[in-house]
Parts: sequence; structure tokens; C-alpha cells
Amino acid sequence: MLYEAEVTINLKAGMLDPEGTTIKRALGHLGYNTESVKSTKRYVIELKAESEENARDLVDQMCQKLIANPIIHDYSIDLREIE
Amino acid sequence: MTVAIIQFGGSNCDNDVLHVLQDVLGIDAELVWYKEEKLDEYEAAVIPGGFSYGDYLRSGAIASRTPIMDAVRKLADDGKPVMGICNGFQILTESGLLDGALTTNSYPKFKCEWSYLRVENTNTPFTSMYDEGQIIRIPIAHKDGKFYHDDASLQQLEENNQVVFRYVDENGKPTEAVNPNGSRNNIAGITNKTGNVLGMMPHPERASETIIGSDDGLLMFKSMIESGRK
Repeated sequence: MLYEAEVTINLKAGMLDPEGTTIKRALGHLGYNTESVKSTKRYVIELKAESEENARDLVDQMCQKLIANPIIHDYSIDLREIE
Repeated sequence: MTVAIIQFGGSNCDNDVLHVLQDVLGIDAELVWYKEEKLDEYEAAVIPGGFSYGDYLRSGAIASRTPIMDAVRKLADDGKPVMGICNGFQILTESGLLDGALTTNSYPKFKCEWSYLRVENTNTPFTSMYDEGQIIRIPIAHKDGKFYHDDASLQQLEENNQVVFRYVDENGKPTEAVNPNGSRNNIAGITNKTGNVLGMMPHPERASETIIGSDDGLLMFKSMIESGRK
């Protein structure tokens, strides 16, 4: 089966987000007042796996070993079958 | 002894380190490409600064998963000195050889300027020739240099004397005003528990000759070489 996983990487709660803060400030310059702006990173991964569970497990391993840094990040995985 | 200077695609301080070791100190040093899998013939390794793999994913993340890092890990496990400067520090934290993470500066700007550091621990292979509490002048050049770790881990680092360098003012005070990047506890450099792996954001190789403004960093390389000879 072919799956598509959307991995979203967030900074852990309480961590400073300089990119988000900068964008918030720039929005302010344009006249948009926002309560907060948070930056995230999203990776879209296509992979073949035996089952949805298997695919999720593999993507979870990828997150732990490379895509996220557990010291500073939380991550979530959104998975769907595409074939 | 021969020192390995690890080269990744995007390393750019490799030749500066080579110059200091070879030309200033007269030490055998070689550039080693990241595809090498063994470092058995070397007594120490330096991971230089730069922008390995364009800082893709996270600074140091891709380089930390290359074959040569297994060899660096072996060198470290054998108790030999391993020093990571700037991007090298990021690579060492990403590889798990050092604790913590380097994240984007509080004010997200690339900062290239002189900084004052206080030598917090002289009981390491890299600082044995300095005096405890000595204030040294070494430049920084980074955007992702804010040292972060959670409270409990930070306390552990402090209790184990793993914090080797702290950003301070000219008088040795670690104030918020002189913290260039928002690093927790003004941390500029740390070691592993056994002290033989050092990571630091400032560039000692850019402060190793008086003609370029400071030679305060030279003792770091000298200390490392002395300890490697023992």
C-alpha cells in the first residue's frame, strides 16, 4: 500500500519562537494585530508499507531518529492511504 | 600526534583550523572527508564551523547522521579529545555526543562579533592551560547558537561542571546584556560527562594569532594537543 504522511513539527510549549515573533511584528507593521504567531514545519512523506499501522510506526521512527529533535520539538503525524 | 579535521559539504572553517594547527602550532593535522568510516590513526578530532548541508532540517542534523560520525563517536568513547566549533557544536548535540540543543538566536539575526567568555572549568583536555575564571576574548558567528535544555538537564550540566565557557562582560559577569543569543545560563560551551568532548559556539581558531585581534583561543588547541600526547 502507498501512504502519505504529513509530519508537523512544533516547538515545545514554552519555547521561544523567534521566527513566529518576527512574523507577528511584521504583520503589526502592515496593520494586522495578532494575538500570537507560531511557526511550524511540515514534511510530506510518501512511503510504501504493509498496513496503516506499519506506516505510522515507520514514520514515527523517522521522526524520532531524524526529523524531530525531542529536546525542543513535539510532532504529530497525519496519515492517509493514497492508493 | 595527528588531528583529524572533519569536512562536510558546507564546512567553511576547516582550513582555518588546519592553518592554526599546522602553521601556528606545527602540529600534524589532516582534513578528512565525511565519507571516511574510520579515524583509527588520529589522536583527536575537530569538527569545524560552517553550514553543513545548508543547515537543512536543523543546523547539524544531517551531518550528525553521516558515516564519519560513528568514527567520531568511537574516538570519543576511547577517551580521545573531540572538539566541535559552532556548526561542529550543533553536530555534536544533534548526534547525542553532547547534551542539549542549539536553536535560533532569541533575536533571529546572524551575529558576527567579539565576545568575552569566562573559563568555568579548567579540568578538561581543552582548558587545562587556562586559569579558572580567566576571561578570554573570542568571536562568535552564528544565527542558531542559543543553547537550550530543560531545567533538570541544565541543573545536571551545572552540577557536573560540564559548562566550560559562559558569555560574560569584560569584568566576568554573565549578564543578559552580553548574552548574544539568549543561551540558557549564558552557556557558550559544554563538555560531555567525561570531559573529552567539547562543543562551543565561539570560534577559537579565529582568535589564535594576535595579528587578527586575539590569540586567546590558541591555548585551547595547545591544551588539546598536550592532553592527546599523554
